[in-house]
Amino acid sequence: MAAIEKKFTLKFPSSTENLALVREFVTGIGKQSQMNTADISKLELAVDEACANVIEHAYGHDISKEVIIRATFDDSEVRVSVIDTGRGFDPTKVDPPTLEQLISQRKSGGLGIRLIKSLMDEVSYEIVPGQKNELHMSKKIRKDPAG
Amino acid sequence: MSGVSKEEFIVANPFSIQTSKIDGLSIIAIEGFVDAHTAPSFENAILSEIESGNYRIVVNCEKLNYISSAGLGVFMSFIEEVREKGGDIKICGLVDKVKSTFVILGFQEIFDIVDDKTTAMQRFAAG
Repeated sequence: MAAIEKKFTLKFPSSTENLALVREFVTGIGKQSQMNTADISKLELAVDEACANVIEHAYGHDISKEVIIRATFDDSEVRVSVIDTGRGFDPTKVDPPTLEQLISQRKSGGLGIRLIKSLMDEVSYEIVPGQKNELHMSKKIRKDPAG
Repeated sequence: MSGVSKEEFIVANPFSIQTSKIDGLSIIAIEGFVDAHTAPSFENAILSEIESGNYRIVVNCEKLNYISSAGLGVFMSFIEEVREKGGDIKICGLVDKVKSTFVILGFQEIFDIVDDKTTAMQRFAAG
């Protein structure tokens, strides 16, 4: 029997106050997929970082804009896409700065992309100029030991 | 139209922050979550200490259950200035989930991360 794919969507106004809701949503998906607890935390953080980037950079804190999260999972992996219609920027093509570089420049940004790449198995970016930007992330499901 | 209504959700573990002074040290206790929304409050708390000339800072994270890069960035943006002034930002009480985020980014190489507040204070006393 073919694995059934489950699909979920969350749309929310582009404001950082909604990041807590995003994390609740993503944590719920992780639990349903039976991903282990440590990996759920990684998924939660990666999606938070992706959404924070959209809110701050793609939309410049414009709360009238909408961020969309599409999450799907089957028996083997969880896939999450973060979709916006703001300024396109391909974070996967940027070499994230090192911690030392950021400290010496007294910059506090630039860590999000480094985290997303570390936390997820696969990360890719799709841009349709003038229409939408989609950051796709996936993580294999490793279950907690039974019992 | 938004897909969610704020009123329908009660998010657990809201953010709070408290600053106290013990033996000439500034102890900043952060609780709940530090994300892109709450990081500015954390930033202001550290900035307030620095502007008052308090460069010996302990950030007590024992009640912190989540941090994203926005919160980690706050530590990074002040550490050099504080050390130049002869002080430090020592981090204590990290729960495992939060600690793993610090470790992924290599924070343990740059920051003095200790188990608890007492140890952090002793580290300052030891110079």
